[in-house]
Amino acid sequence: MAETVLSIRNLTVDLPEGADRPHAVEGLSLDVRPNEIVCIVGESGSGKSITSFATMGLLPAALRPSAGEVLFEGADVLKMSEAGHARLRGNRMAMIFQEPMSALNPCYTVGDQIEEVFETHATLSRSARRKRVIALLEEVRLPDPERIYHSFPHQLSGGQRQRIVIAMALAMDPTLLIADEPTTALDVTTQMQILKMFRRLKEERGAGIMFVTHDFDVVAEIADRVVVMQKGRVVEQGTAEEVLNHPTHPYTRQLIDAVPRRTRAARETDAGAEIALRVQGLEKAFHTPRTLFSPARTVRAVANVDFTVRRGETLGIVGESGSGKSTLVRCLMRLTEPEDGAVWVGNQNLLETQRGNLRAYRKEIQIVFQDPYGSLNPRRTIGDQLLEGPTNFGVPRAEAWEKARELMRIVKLNDEALYRYPNQFSGGQRQRICIARALMVEPSILIADEAVSALDVSVQKEVLTLLREIRERMGLTMLFITHDLRVAAQVCDSVIVMEKGRIVESGPIDRVFAEPQAEYTRKLLSAQPGQGWEVPDLGVTA
Amino acid sequence: MLKYILSRVVMAILVALTVSCISFALVYASGDPAIAIAGENATPADIAHIRHQFGFDRPVPVQYGDWLWKALHGNLGVSHYFNQSVASLIWPRLEVTMTLGLCAIVFALVLAIPMGVIAAMRPNSIVDRLALLIAVMGQAIPSFWLGLLLIVAFSINLGWLPASGTDSWQNFVLPTIVLGYYAAPAIMRLTRAGMLEVLQADYIRTARAKGLSRRKVMFKHALRNAIIPVVSLAAVQMGFMLGGSVVVESVFALHGAGFLAWQSISRNDLPVMQALILIFAMFYIFFTFLADILNAWLDPRLRGR
Repeated sequence: MAETVLSIRNLTVDLPEGADRPHAVEGLSLDVRPNEIVCIVGESGSGKSITSFATMGLLPAALRPSAGEVLFEGADVLKMSEAGHARLRGNRMAMIFQEPMSALNPCYTVGDQIEEVFETHATLSRSARRKRVIALLEEVRLPDPERIYHSFPHQLSGGQRQRIVIAMALAMDPTLLIADEPTTALDVTTQMQILKMFRRLKEERGAGIMFVTHDFDVVAEIADRVVVMQKGRVVEQGTAEEVLNHPTHPYTRQLIDAVPRRTRAARETDAGAEIALRVQGLEKAFHTPRTLFSPARTVRAVANVDFTVRRGETLGIVGESGSGKSTLVRCLMRLTEPEDGAVWVGNQNLLETQRGNLRAYRKEIQIVFQDPYGSLNPRRTIGDQLLEGPTNFGVPRAEAWEKARELMRIVKLNDEALYRYPNQFSGGQRQRICIARALMVEPSILIADEAVSALDVSVQKEVLTLLREIRERMGLTMLFITHDLRVAAQVCDSVIVMEKGRIVESGPIDRVFAEPQAEYTRKLLSAQPGQGWEVPDLGVTA
Repeated sequence: MLKYILSRVVMAILVALTVSCISFALVYASGDPAIAIAGENATPADIAHIRHQFGFDRPVPVQYGDWLWKALHGNLGVSHYFNQSVASLIWPRLEVTMTLGLCAIVFALVLAIPMGVIAAMRPNSIVDRLALLIAVMGQAIPSFWLGLLLIVAFSINLGWLPASGTDSWQNFVLPTIVLGYYAAPAIMRLTRAGMLEVLQADYIRTARAKGLSRRKVMFKHALRNAIIPVVSLAAVQMGFMLGGSVVVESVFALHGAGFLAWQSISRNDLPVMQALILIFAMFYIFFTFLADILNAWLDPRLRGR
């Protein structure tokens, strides 16, 4: 057995009093060896990020390690002075964060920010530092390092910024790299490039990498060993092969079982059903008017989009960020005015409806948004928010209240939830409330805009199951917008793939994913992580 | 950056022109200026004579053009009350007001920014509470009263500093404290709030993860981001101090521009009012322009706009 880089022994981190449990992390032990990627997986609140922050000495002031040791190259970092620990940070141990968009200081050039690491930990001349930075930018495969060196963070894309953060972490050739969900905020093609970079780093630099993630596909793609955490404790650890294919702990089994299969859940679709929604030649461009100092610009966010959805069908809309998915949805609901085209719901063209009459047709299309935290008014009870829709359309309060109680049962929440406020519910519960809210006005079409993307995998499974039940029960037509092809594969009947505002491919989901025609679809599919891994059939009953 | 500065310059000039129109229009805002100048017992012939003498019988755009042209050359007309050229009346007083305003804003910034930073470093600690107390007092105490208290303490009882006049630098110490202390709380609170917010930012965590010292994290990474809104506020405060220092000027008998403004309003001395409004507005425009440039230097994201 090789020497360990990091050895955490019985680490306990206390939570402040009044939290839902006494410890953020409890009795945690794990090892990271050189030339090894250890993935820590778990759902939100499992303590996986706390573990990495404790190692880096970056814990928020309210959290304190109360027991155990964190041995880095043999020395306990918990016993070090702040200055002593700072000498290791960015030098012998380095960290890569989840949010590349906000992880860099907007006021300094990225070159400056990388150079700072050398200024702090090395004695190099100005020109030598600069040379090292350029070499690092080349190593993380950024195009035109000279230009990037002088760029400010806001001039770079998310993927480029994440490469900058990685370059910063690699500067002093650390023996331990900690990565906290480094690809979660990135598009799938960018994610693949970054994951490949991690594998290359392990091989070329021989560093030990502690990789925190919630995504089992990412685990399957890069992990050598896996540590599974639940509520601050390690419930299972082993090699990637063992944990992914033969999980033993019930919680691990439940988590892995919740990963959507790549195949569609078998169900009947009625090809002869009436057409619920027909979109023709939809156009939306954003114009930046010419000013005294800059020329006019036009971006076609939705370009000549055509599709139809039959009653009871679920249509997936997939594509990366900036592909026009969200603008399309906003146009369908006329939250944004499209410039051309037609949106037929039944016999009514929504785009020709007068603004004043629009309200009546809005009722036909309802939407569930991505963020269950921002979508509910924190100062009003759930009941009030649910009743607002139908009472606006003239339904008597008592009748609407009855409907709300029924929907609460359908989304598997208690009646008395109607009297409570949003902050008393978890993310998954809130998303179910949002679904109930959308269904209150009995729409014929439900749009789910990345509705499960922010949820933990087990909660995601619950919500997906709920949506399927509702669809079967009410014969609802659904538009399912997602960037997650696994989720799309499981819930959608047909799919359209969007790139830069255009539909590049459409058809039944089985056909599109099995035999993609468009170059872009092929690119998206091949960038999916964890392709060598089939979710094992564990026979877990949900 | 050059493009940004240029666009700001053009904007500033446009605003200045708009303000000059408004301040020119003041002449007509309170009725026929010729009647006002002629006085109560004037005959229609006198009024007609005055109208011709002052050029009020010409078309308005011509009058505006003429007025603006002269103003640009430093000729701001003649005061009706003092019978003296407005420029010669204003410049010495402006010097007093400028000295006071600049000293006060420097005092306010030097007091408020470190206090805000220290308060943000240890929120809810004794230091923070103390800073809050000082801030609340600054906002609550009327300037004239604080001025009088300081005069009683430092001029009458201790005899360290003069109570009035503009003879030496010592005359400006007490007024600077009073005026600066009035502006400091808002700056302090904004600095504190800005620092607290910025210290939560992801890039501060990144800076710490790089192993930077606490001092470098605070001053290089946090303060620069937190100070951006403070710059804009300070520019507005500065403009306010130049125009609104009349109370402080009265208490300390500093004959500055604020005091002159008050005098000319009470005497209906139009050319002086007009000139002062124009000058104060130009100061506002200038300081806002300065703040914009400074902010663009601090935050590169602003340069592209």
